[in-house]
Amino acid sequence: MTEAAEEKGADVAVARRRPWVRSVLRRLVVFAVTVLVASFLVFLLVALLPGDVARATLGLGASDDQVEALRSQWGLDRPLLLRYAEWLGGFLTGDLGQSYVTGESVSSQVAPRLAVTAWLVGLSTPLALIVALVTGVIAAVGRRRWWGAVISGVSHLGLAIPAFFAATLLVLVFAVALGWLPATGYEPLFAGRGVDLAGWASHLVLPVAAIVIVQGSLLARYVRSSFIDVLTEDYYRTARAVGWTRWRAVFRHGLRNAATSLATVVGLQLASLLVGVILVEQVFALPGLGSLLIRAVSGKDLLVVQGVVMVLVVAVLLINLIVDLAYLAIDPRLRRQGETA
Amino acid sequence: MKKFTVIAGSAMTALVLLAALVSFVWTPFDPSLVDSANRFAPLGWPHVLGTDAMGIDTASRLLVGARTVVFVGVVSVEGAAVVGIPLGLFAGMRHGWWGEAISRAGDILFALPALLLAILLAAAVGASVVTAMLAIAIATVPVFIRMARAATLTVMELDYIDAARVAGTSEPVIALRHVVPNIAPLIGVQAAVSFGMAILAEAGLSYLGLSASSSTPTWGRMMRDANLFTAPAQAVIPGCAIAFAVMGFNVLGDGLRDYLDPRLKEVR
Repeated sequence: MTEAAEEKGADVAVARRRPWVRSVLRRLVVFAVTVLVASFLVFLLVALLPGDVARATLGLGASDDQVEALRSQWGLDRPLLLRYAEWLGGFLTGDLGQSYVTGESVSSQVAPRLAVTAWLVGLSTPLALIVALVTGVIAAVGRRRWWGAVISGVSHLGLAIPAFFAATLLVLVFAVALGWLPATGYEPLFAGRGVDLAGWASHLVLPVAAIVIVQGSLLARYVRSSFIDVLTEDYYRTARAVGWTRWRAVFRHGLRNAATSLATVVGLQLASLLVGVILVEQVFALPGLGSLLIRAVSGKDLLVVQGVVMVLVVAVLLINLIVDLAYLAIDPRLRRQGETA
Repeated sequence: MKKFTVIAGSAMTALVLLAALVSFVWTPFDPSLVDSANRFAPLGWPHVLGTDAMGIDTASRLLVGARTVVFVGVVSVEGAAVVGIPLGLFAGMRHGWWGEAISRAGDILFALPALLLAILLAAAVGASVVTAMLAIAIATVPVFIRMARAATLTVMELDYIDAARVAGTSEPVIALRHVVPNIAPLIGVQAAVSFGMAILAEAGLSYLGLSASSSTPTWGRMMRDANLFTAPAQAVIPGCAIAFAVMGFNVLGDGLRDYLDPRLKEVR
């Protein structure tokens, strides 16, 4: 309690002028601490594994001297905390070290694949949100009609289907049966000199659709329930009573109220979205971070695993931070907390 | 209507459980019998759901695969509940430093989804059903912490807690006698929903080859092994089984939530 009071005293001048500054600062601090702890966990899990990396690399026939030599060459004989600090420092400057298995730089393997995964996430997240908003609102308004029930039922189905099964079904229909789109592979958008829009898009349509189906269904259920809450509020009834149409009342009052609870869910959901992307990449053999990760696991390429997982975790946390900040922008009550708290 | 969802959900989950139990005493064929003369048999008789690339009967593998679903679900969800609920209770009853630390730790764990944890574990000690279960359990712990903490906070506001305090009841007794029975329905709902999530996570891990070894039939692995061009049914059938099981637990969770406590609004 006393800590909070001191903190409040120090910030009170700023808080009086700009109440949201404190909220933003608080979230930035939480973000930094979370990244630190999460990175330490990821590092520890790989560093503390039972087998010794050096011995595993050299094989059973290696003498203890050889193993020691390799350990000191890789710097594995130095204290754990020092190695962690170096690794984290490297991560922050974009250097993820050299693979123990292939000797290649980890960053140079991650960089080209980052684009594929970024496209997948970047395209499917907004699309899933749009799909969820439209279907969720319709399902909420029509919750006592047959069409509302149908949409709700379909979203229940989408919720139960794993992303890789949705992807498989899409491949079966659009690639195998109809032959409209390629089943696997990827073509970069900027290949050589020109821009290969058609090739790039044709390889991304099905993966993005698979993610949108699954994520959209999940988000649609949240949209539906938060809109149902709105429909039972007094302000909605008042708006209807003074002669507003149903849709006008829903959009003028519903969107902003639903947005706050939706923002939290989207943030939490993005973690599972990123993971779903790993699976979907696998179905379509897309050369993204997910397939790199799976390949590294089967090849026991620990530094690559560590690096990719760290990139994914930081991405999740970053998106959560952005959502949190967006939350402040949407909900004026939170901005004012600096004054009242 | 409320009863209907509970009944439908129970029936669906019971069917999965039944399939797992039946597989111990009877399967149409030996689920490990390789019959190379009968590879990719179409749906029909005697192989009702056809055979896979090695001529193994799909219906038999599907039944045996239900075992993994039930096993992984029960172990990981129970493990997560046993760790998460007491922590959540504690965090909800103590407002001090410890309570705050527990919920913050839960938040950090939230950033590590089950699949990423499982991949890390698989890279460190090799993939197996145990690493898959452990990863799913760890990733589910923060869910239970959050739920138990939020529910406990609500219960602690009520008058009878103050009454118990005034009467000199100790904190552990208050927790066991007054808080736990009141948050039990929520725990049940959360367990059902988490069970569905655990099935999804395990299926994904099997699909990536990061769960049970290839000799154990799992639904995710059956999808992984299927060839979409020559025998698409072999991918669709286990996929439908996964969706059916997950949906069963989701519907059960939804139904229980409405049935046990009509005051609760639909959260999902």
